[in-house]
Formats: sequence, C-alpha cells, structure tokens
Amino acid sequence: MFDLTGKTALITGASGGIGGAVASALHGAGAAVALSGTREAPLRELADRLGERAHVVTADLGDAAAVEALPRQAAEAMGSVDILVNNAGITRDNLFMRMSDEEWAQVIDVNLTSSFRLARGVLRGMMKARWGRIVTITSVVGTTGNPGQGNYAAAKAGLVGMSKSLAYEVASRGITVNCVAPGFIETAMTDKLNDEQKGRILTQIPAGKMGAPDDIAAAVLYLASPQAGYVTGATLHVNGGMAMI
Amino acid sequence: MSDISDRVKKIVVEHLGVDEEKVTENASFIDDLGADSLDTVELVMAFEEEFGIEIPDDAAETIQTFGDAVKFISGATA
Repeated sequence: MFDLTGKTALITGASGGIGGAVASALHGAGAAVALSGTREAPLRELADRLGERAHVVTADLGDAAAVEALPRQAAEAMGSVDILVNNAGITRDNLFMRMSDEEWAQVIDVNLTSSFRLARGVLRGMMKARWGRIVTITSVVGTTGNPGQGNYAAAKAGLVGMSKSLAYEVASRGITVNCVAPGFIETAMTDKLNDEQKGRILTQIPAGKMGAPDDIAAAVLYLASPQAGYVTGATLHVNGGMAMI
Repeated sequence: MSDISDRVKKIVVEHLGVDEEKVTENASFIDDLGADSLDTVELVMAFEEEFGIEIPDDAAETIQTFGDAVKFISGATA
C-alpha cells in the first residue's frame, strides 16, 4: 500500500529491535536505507540481510561532531536524505533523588539533543526537495511519566515539543514532522524485566499483550509515506490501549 | 557587479515569484517582496550555492534587501 521507491531514509539506532524493524519496513517499501548505530557488526548483518539499497553509517550519538557528520555521510551514501527516523535512545534509570547530573545529561544528549542536530542537518536537502519526513520515536512515558525515568521522560516529552515547533516551521515546504510513541514493546530493553514485572505491566494493557517492533515499524512507515502528507505535528500512540491520549 | 546583480535578481524572482521590476536596490525581502522568515533562509542557501560561498548566520541577518545581498556577495566573491 505504501510505496517509498526512490526515497532515502536515515534510521538511527538501527541495531536495536525497533530500529531494525523500522529499517526493514521502509526498505521493504522500496526505500534506500542508511543504518546508523554505535556498533558496526549488527548493522552490517542487517544490511547484508536487506541486500541492495542498504548502507551502514556508524555514529556515536553522544558525540556532537559525529552527529553533525551523520546526515552528510548518509547523503553521500544514498544521494539524499528524504526521511529521517530518530529512533536511537538510551536509558539511565534512577530515582530522582539519586539521579546524577551525568545520568541526566547522557539521556538528554543522546535522546533529545542528537535528534535536534540530525533534524537540523537534514532540513536543507528536504527544503530544496520540497519533500521530507521526520519521524521521531518517543515513548508513552513522555506523556504519562514513569518513576525512575525522570531523565528519559523529559527527553521524550521534549522531542514532542521540538517536533511540533519544527512542524510549524516547515509545513509549507512539504516536510512533515511527527512522533510515534510506543508503549511496552518486546525488545532487548524490555527482556530485562522479570515475569512478575511483565505480569504487572500486562494488567495495565487492554490488549493483554506487549507490542512487537513491527507494530511500531508500521506506524513509522505510514508517517513516512506520501499518503501521510497532511499529517504533521502529530504523535501516533502505539500501546495496546495502555494510555488513551 | 552587474553580473552578480543579475544572478541574485534571478534567484529572488524565481524563489519569491515576484516581478523583476519590483526587485530594486532597496527592496526589502520581507517588507516589499512578501518573503517570510523561512524564505530568507532559503534565499541565503540559494545564494551560497549559486556563488559557492559560505554566508555565516550573523552575516545572513544583515542581508535584508536586494542591495544588501548584492553588496555582500560582491564582497565575498571579490
């Protein structure tokens, strides 16, 4: 249904569960993809599996210079960047009273500031092309809050405000800026939870199960598609009904 | 100088969709030629490409009129 033939997409955090699924979905719809992450081996593995139109561009998103260089590297590999998926994210959970400045700063730098820098870096090409898609993966906790995740929730809520502001600025240029907010998704991040924790979470999810990375990828694919051209400044919540907002 | 002026004028006319005779020395991009703030950013980007120069943000802010643009670019390419 959604055809991205001829489009180019940069996906950060592509070695993770959600990032990998997003990259596969966009690639499956015909887009060329630049897979970004800190570790090259899993990215290379994914690129080999996808085959043609898949490129690897490693970058540590905590490193400002590396972030600045990333859009240019991706454009060199693919010719342009039509679609940016800000997916990379880290957690440094701690109770507020115990949270260090460093734990706060790391999460804000990687999750929020790098997304700002990447979006700024890809805008010039999108403005000239009069077409662009910026999709940022946020989280249900950016809206609801979560104990132990003051830094993470702040970054995720910050991304929503950032995306809406940018959406205003560039809407007249054919560029849309949206967010996808996952609830509990089966990934390496949630594998760490024990059965009791998972059981407790499931009681709060009307759908009665955790989501899959593909559920998020489908939402990103839609927002990246030409069909979603009139959707901007929105957050699409994909959480099995856990928070209806 | 006139060559630069012509090339700048062409970009302004194309980008803002205005008549050539409106693009005079003192014509302000925003007040007289209907540009919004994003248009001015795009104009600067177009000038950079056309002339192969870098226009830093603080310089870009001083380019308010067609004449400003021609003057800056003439200086930068001299």
